[in-house]
Amino acid sequence: MKKAALLAGLAAAAIVGTNGFASDLFDRIDAGRYNAVLADCAACHTRPGGKPFAGGAPLQTPFGALVPANITPDPETGIGSWSYADFRNALKTGIGKDGKRLYPAMPYPAYATMADADVADLWAYFQKVEPVSNRVVSNQLPFPFSIRAAMIGWNLLNFSPKEFQPDPAKPAEWNRGAYLVNGPAHCGTCHTPKNLTGADKSGEFLRGGNLQNWYAPNLTSDPHKGLGNWSGDDIVAYLKTGSNRFDIASGPMAEAIRHSTSLWNDADLKAVATYLKDVKGSDAAAPQPIAATEPAMTAGKAIYLDRCSACHVSTGTGEASLFPTLAKAPVVNGTDPTSLIRVVLQGSQAAGTPAKPTTPAMPSFGWNLSDADVANVLTYVRNSWGNAAPPVTAGQVKDLRVALTR
Amino acid sequence: MPPATSFTRRRFLSSTGLLVLIASVPGARAAEHSGTLPWKPFAALPPDPLPGGRWYVLTPDEARTVEAIVDRLIPADELSIGGREAGCASFIDRQLAGSYGSSERLYMQGPFTAGLPTQGYQGAETPTGRYRDGLAALNKHTRATLGGKAFFELAAAEQDQVLKDFEAGKVDYKPAAGFFNLVLQNTMEGFFADPIYGGNKDMAGWKFIGFPGARYDYRDYITAHNKPFPLPPLSIAGRPEWKTGDK
Amino acid sequence: MARKLPRKDVVIVGLGWTGSILAHELTDAGLDVVAIERGPWRDTATDFNVAYAPDELRYAVRKDLFLQPAQEAMTMRNSTAQTALPMRDYGSFLPGTGVGGAGTHWNGHTWRFFPSDFALKTHLTGRYGEERLSGLQIQDWGVSYDELESAFDRFEYLCGISGKAGNLNGTIQQGGNPFEGPRKREYPLPPMQMTYAPTLFAEAARSRGLHPFPTPSANLSGAYVNPLGIAMGQCTACGFCERFGCANYSKASAHTTILPVLMRKSNFEARTECEVLKIKLAADGKTASGVTYTDVNGATFEQPADLVLLNAYSLFNVRLMLLSGIGKPYDPSSGEGVVGRNYCYQTNASAQVFFEGRSMNPFIAAGALGQTVDDYNGDSFDHGALNFVGGAGINCIPTNGRPIQYRPVPPGTPRWGSAWKKATKQYYNNTLAFSSQGSSYATRGNYLDLDPTYKDRFGRPLLRVTFDFPDNDIRMSNWVSDRMKEIADAFGGKQVVVGRQQKGWSSVPYQSTHNTGGAIMGTDPKTSAVNRHLQSWDVPNVFVVGACAFPQNAGKNPTGPVGALAYWAADSIRNHYLKNPGKLVEA
Repeated sequence: MKKAALLAGLAAAAIVGTNGFASDLFDRIDAGRYNAVLADCAACHTRPGGKPFAGGAPLQTPFGALVPANITPDPETGIGSWSYADFRNALKTGIGKDGKRLYPAMPYPAYATMADADVADLWAYFQKVEPVSNRVVSNQLPFPFSIRAAMIGWNLLNFSPKEFQPDPAKPAEWNRGAYLVNGPAHCGTCHTPKNLTGADKSGEFLRGGNLQNWYAPNLTSDPHKGLGNWSGDDIVAYLKTGSNRFDIASGPMAEAIRHSTSLWNDADLKAVATYLKDVKGSDAAAPQPIAATEPAMTAGKAIYLDRCSACHVSTGTGEASLFPTLAKAPVVNGTDPTSLIRVVLQGSQAAGTPAKPTTPAMPSFGWNLSDADVANVLTYVRNSWGNAAPPVTAGQVKDLRVALTR
Repeated sequence: MPPATSFTRRRFLSSTGLLVLIASVPGARAAEHSGTLPWKPFAALPPDPLPGGRWYVLTPDEARTVEAIVDRLIPADELSIGGREAGCASFIDRQLAGSYGSSERLYMQGPFTAGLPTQGYQGAETPTGRYRDGLAALNKHTRATLGGKAFFELAAAEQDQVLKDFEAGKVDYKPAAGFFNLVLQNTMEGFFADPIYGGNKDMAGWKFIGFPGARYDYRDYITAHNKPFPLPPLSIAGRPEWKTGDK
Repeated sequence: MARKLPRKDVVIVGLGWTGSILAHELTDAGLDVVAIERGPWRDTATDFNVAYAPDELRYAVRKDLFLQPAQEAMTMRNSTAQTALPMRDYGSFLPGTGVGGAGTHWNGHTWRFFPSDFALKTHLTGRYGEERLSGLQIQDWGVSYDELESAFDRFEYLCGISGKAGNLNGTIQQGGNPFEGPRKREYPLPPMQMTYAPTLFAEAARSRGLHPFPTPSANLSGAYVNPLGIAMGQCTACGFCERFGCANYSKASAHTTILPVLMRKSNFEARTECEVLKIKLAADGKTASGVTYTDVNGATFEQPADLVLLNAYSLFNVRLMLLSGIGKPYDPSSGEGVVGRNYCYQTNASAQVFFEGRSMNPFIAAGALGQTVDDYNGDSFDHGALNFVGGAGINCIPTNGRPIQYRPVPPGTPRWGSAWKKATKQYYNNTLAFSSQGSSYATRGNYLDLDPTYKDRFGRPLLRVTFDFPDNDIRMSNWVSDRMKEIADAFGGKQVVVGRQQKGWSSVPYQSTHNTGGAIMGTDPKTSAVNRHLQSWDVPNVFVVGACAFPQNAGKNPTGPVGALAYWAADSIRNHYLKNPGKLVEA
């Protein structure tokens, strides 16, 4: 059975030459394949519609565009000429073959914590991926960010490679969760706010970040801005199926669920849930909501009743697996309203998985609502039904509208 | 406004005949869908009415005539503004300028034969052509029978009588009743359609009868039997309550 | 010259309700399926955006989601004595187009026909004698209610139909329809919350000793997850169902019940804006080799396939059969031939009660939110002393208050001017309407064929509809109108107006998009185009699915039986045809 499953997996990843492996090599490749899923390598290194791992679509960073490398074993354009040591170094230190410095858009600061055994399994797997000849010019940054040597300084400031050390005071499940979140799953890459150099802000682990004009919400146990109201089972359901009784994933998280977390085993999902429930949020008290009598709130309420309530319900409760709950939702109460503005303007297709195939989409209102309308309705949503968050301004909406339609 | 490239071709398809499409969009390709549910950011097919402030199809005299007609069909009184102020004539002009006016969506191949009433309108004339002919006939009729005056120069009572005669087909213009019905239908469309199309000014037609407009959620009111509905009407473009009034 | 494409196992013509169901079932069976749809792809968020979906002018009056006559029209006449002329604009009925088909913009009434409807000729002959059926061309379906029960059940659970069972395994249930056939289990969802008018109607009907019950509705009473795992929401009673797509995933359609799963499958492909020109027959004339179609550029393709499924709208299935030479065309003068035979419609009449000082709030509504009385439907009542067969459901289902088309005023009110304004204002919120939806029984003279004069844009003849209401159906409808008068009088309104159906079907005012027959199912290849499995008698690798298979129409909306027939045909293909391709029934 296991072999059959593996063969299916190999076929899916277009691996060649599957005959005659010893079973332990099968197991190692299979473990490597699973680690590639945990790390969601395909998210960046596979272009939509492209060959697996043959190089990805450009990543827009605040410093410019970076194109994820071809990591198939093609000797000319991929990593076919690399040794295991080259591979391990790239993953765990950010220094590629021949000392070429990687940019931390490749989350080596997270992968640095991965166990060597897992990295070795990954290596075994990537050697068996179908080689694809595809030359990728990774670095499309403008000067001075185009100077890879600059990463030496960056690493000095922001990077101290250290393999994950389990906390003996915590149960094994917690430690597995901590390993996954901090290591292969690299949750902080999106969900931890960044400083001016693009590195994680210290002391703000998983408290919400902005990447590529999406806001990745706070995953801490903060009951107002974070996942404090979600049970462990809620977190597992969300990661496994794309939705739970509160929310349904959208944007980049929908992709992460589709390509990665929906394919994890249940024990790993539970481990992540256990760990996340234990990640402390900020001690700051929740803010007071804006008074319902404020002009932005009354206008916003009118827009909400007219445009939003048919799906999200007049009380913000939404509908399970279909329309996200807006009341007391982490993404709604987050300081940064980017994702909210974005889905109102352009709409959004939610996650669809085999377990929850509905894939509902939110319509675009960019043609219908002015910048002030979007600001007011979101200010209302962010300050109703127990929510409290800073108002959204028309200027914020205008800027994002320009950025998204450029 | 967001880019419209993703929907322009479909928009075109929905409002025109395929023959026209083939001729004018050489690069168009039939769509194949497999593996996912198609969806694109900003994809939308919003209504695209012509802007007001000018006449597109009607000549100034025709426009004055239509304004006079719609103001008799829906006269201003204590219940509501009249058809003219509500924009019904401008609505009609803009409809005639679009696919409706040229019968683009209809079956317009011959032979054209006079049919039975059960077989519907069988003329080769488009709505735009029917307006042109009908308005000319109307003014010809009033000039001949009412002291050389055009329809819009008549007193209201005289206009009403002329319209009744057209409605009953009691004039020397064979398509009179059909023409009258067309204008009546279009006038009501203008008075009760969403204001974005140029009529129903400030949702006056909806306020007149108590229709709440383009609302989409009555769940809180389904079992409030026999109670007046409390919310004001809503247009596709919104309603005044959306604005804070401070700008 | 048609470009020949790689072979598929199955080609489906039309991706509406039945096409989606068959595609899902046959891809599950491992077949490689392509669906060819002449309309556009449609997606809830894009095409039925909540901000512009409720646009009466665009969708209800200008009919944006419907098939446009410029793309395909048809001709009509009341009898062979008249010359058919094209319906230059669709009026009496409105065929759909695009992915989801007419199931995109339907109201959502989801019925099972009565058990007696499926064996109608046997049943009525047994009860009233053969003489009673003279002038009618009534036939049995060749499939029984009991055989279809699980197929009805599957369609209802696919959709999340909201209703109340009236007959569970033979036990009559309080509050449901006591005249329905036995069902194995309850509806998947409870009935919708009732608005004011149907609540009044139920009281009035009950006061007359009748048995009102909530109309089974595909507008969902609550959140639902169907057996495919697809979630739907609660209907918000917006009053923009019929002629509109649903913006909030609360009306069952292919979009909200099947496509999210179907589109994910690697062995399925949909080609939109591609119109099938004909089904290609092999040289023997007894096997379909595939279809030819043209894309939006006018390029022509041949799609070979082992199995061809006609899942277009009923009228277009019939036309494609006639254009392709599948089955012998029906000839009313001889009564011979099968394709085009037994075209039926729906026999309707309306009733209005005018009040004073009420708030009916007609805009708080949904396509199938209401109450029905079946005491006078089908053969629920004894026709012994009556001069007709058949019957009508009486429905109080106020679907909308959209004011371009809904402005009730008592007869005699001027159509314009000050008096019109006063009456319009007074009665908009003070009118209760209900209606009868009557059976339509086949006659020898009502049929479909190809028009000798008028052509489509490809030069193919248009379909010609020859139809008038049979005398039997007029007598039936008028008798039911008398019963409606009795109910209407029980309201204590200020004025009652009850309409009466008349001869002379007109193509102009909207009546019903319940066109049935033309490729009917049956047990005899001389009187039916397809066998009890919906398989063409003449070309056994062609199946024809839709209301075109109804030998005659009942006093109920057809979508429930259409959905059931889709599952029935899918089972026949999966369980019988694939194991042994060929004729499933020997003639």
